[in-house]
Amino acid sequence: MAEKKGIVKEFSKGLVAENPVLRLVLGTCPTLATTTSVESAVGMGLAASVVLVCSNMAISALRKVIPDKVRIPAYIVIIASFVTIVQMAVKAFLPALDEQLGVYLPLIVVNCIILGRAEAFASKNPVLASAVDGLGMGVGFTVALFIMGAVREILGAGSFYGISIPFLAENPMLVFILPPGGFFVYGIIMAAANRLAESKGKPRAELRGCEGCPMAQNCALNNNKKEEASA
Amino acid sequence: MTKELFSILLTAILTQNFVLAKFLGICPFLGVSKKLNTAVGMSAAVIFVMALATAVCYPINQYLLVANGLEYLQTIVFILVIAALVQLVEIILKKYIPALYSALGIYLPLITTNCAVLGVVILNVDNGYGFAQSMFNSVGAGLGFMVAMVMFAGVRERLESCQIPKFMQGLPITLVAASLVSVSFLGFTGVVENIFA
Repeated sequence: MAEKKGIVKEFSKGLVAENPVLRLVLGTCPTLATTTSVESAVGMGLAASVVLVCSNMAISALRKVIPDKVRIPAYIVIIASFVTIVQMAVKAFLPALDEQLGVYLPLIVVNCIILGRAEAFASKNPVLASAVDGLGMGVGFTVALFIMGAVREILGAGSFYGISIPFLAENPMLVFILPPGGFFVYGIIMAAANRLAESKGKPRAELRGCEGCPMAQNCALNNNKKEEASA
Repeated sequence: MTKELFSILLTAILTQNFVLAKFLGICPFLGVSKKLNTAVGMSAAVIFVMALATAVCYPINQYLLVANGLEYLQTIVFILVIAALVQLVEIILKKYIPALYSALGIYLPLITTNCAVLGVVILNVDNGYGFAQSMFNSVGAGLGFMVAMVMFAGVRERLESCQIPKFMQGLPITLVAASLVSVSFLGFTGVVENIFA
């Protein structure tokens, strides 16, 4: 029973408490770029989730085999392989989505969420827990992208999932599906999430910049700061 | 030919700005833009790595992958080449040009997982650019990154002294400010086509 509870917790933390987009501020590039419509936002979320679950499982299964020194390149190769598989699958079965996502599909490789989970979770935990962790994070990512995509598509194009909404479709505010709208909607949703977190007594999401990056530990920029702090 | 190359360069800097129109390299844009000097250092390193990555990836893609029908390996090969390249550059700079290393070195490891570098290499292939076109596009993308970073660093320095409602402080106001900077770049739409028309 205790084990079951643990698994539920691994899954649900990615949804709210550690939502990758709204709480950990990871994967900002695809969040801003692919949320011009609900369809591409959900497509991006699902593609990243598949890669996340698969790479988490593979890395967790190989965690005792991969030498510590070359773990980051090894993770990148594993992640890139799954991205290539997903890329080929999307190209074959959903060519319209492939067109919409364009360059952002192969760029899942450098999505910080995936490398971050590999480093923080999958490299230390068994396969099942890692898969569930990946699934939770993936669903959290997809939900956040869906919210942003819905807001931007309803306001910017006057439609939802391609179905036009009466009245709104007559005068859509085009700026919401243009790049400035992406930054703006993300900022406002972030403010709302902070407000909610504060009312529950949780710390607000901070812009951690480099510290949020999975490479932070190996990064000279960070180490320099530490040296300055200790000097 | 020259006209086309400059058109690619200006498009990459102004109308298709990597940060503000294509959303590539958002992490350093939000994370390293607090001070002007770090913003400039980071951008210089990005320009350098983008140009180098393109110069190395183009022949690898053309003569190794495309020639053997291995295009599906592009993602894996490009990310590994970029990662190895960054490491190599770091080692070489440290040994032979310590002055340059102390200026750019600390930003190099950050760039390995920067989506802007992988993005520019993939976009060059997707657009079917030749070698010269790819190089101009990469340098333009890097310069565009620098323009956006420097402008935004200025905006953020002004933001520091503003009174902001509590729930908008930090990341939310930064994103809204980025949105306004991005609006200003919308004004360039059509400019490049008209210069070279």
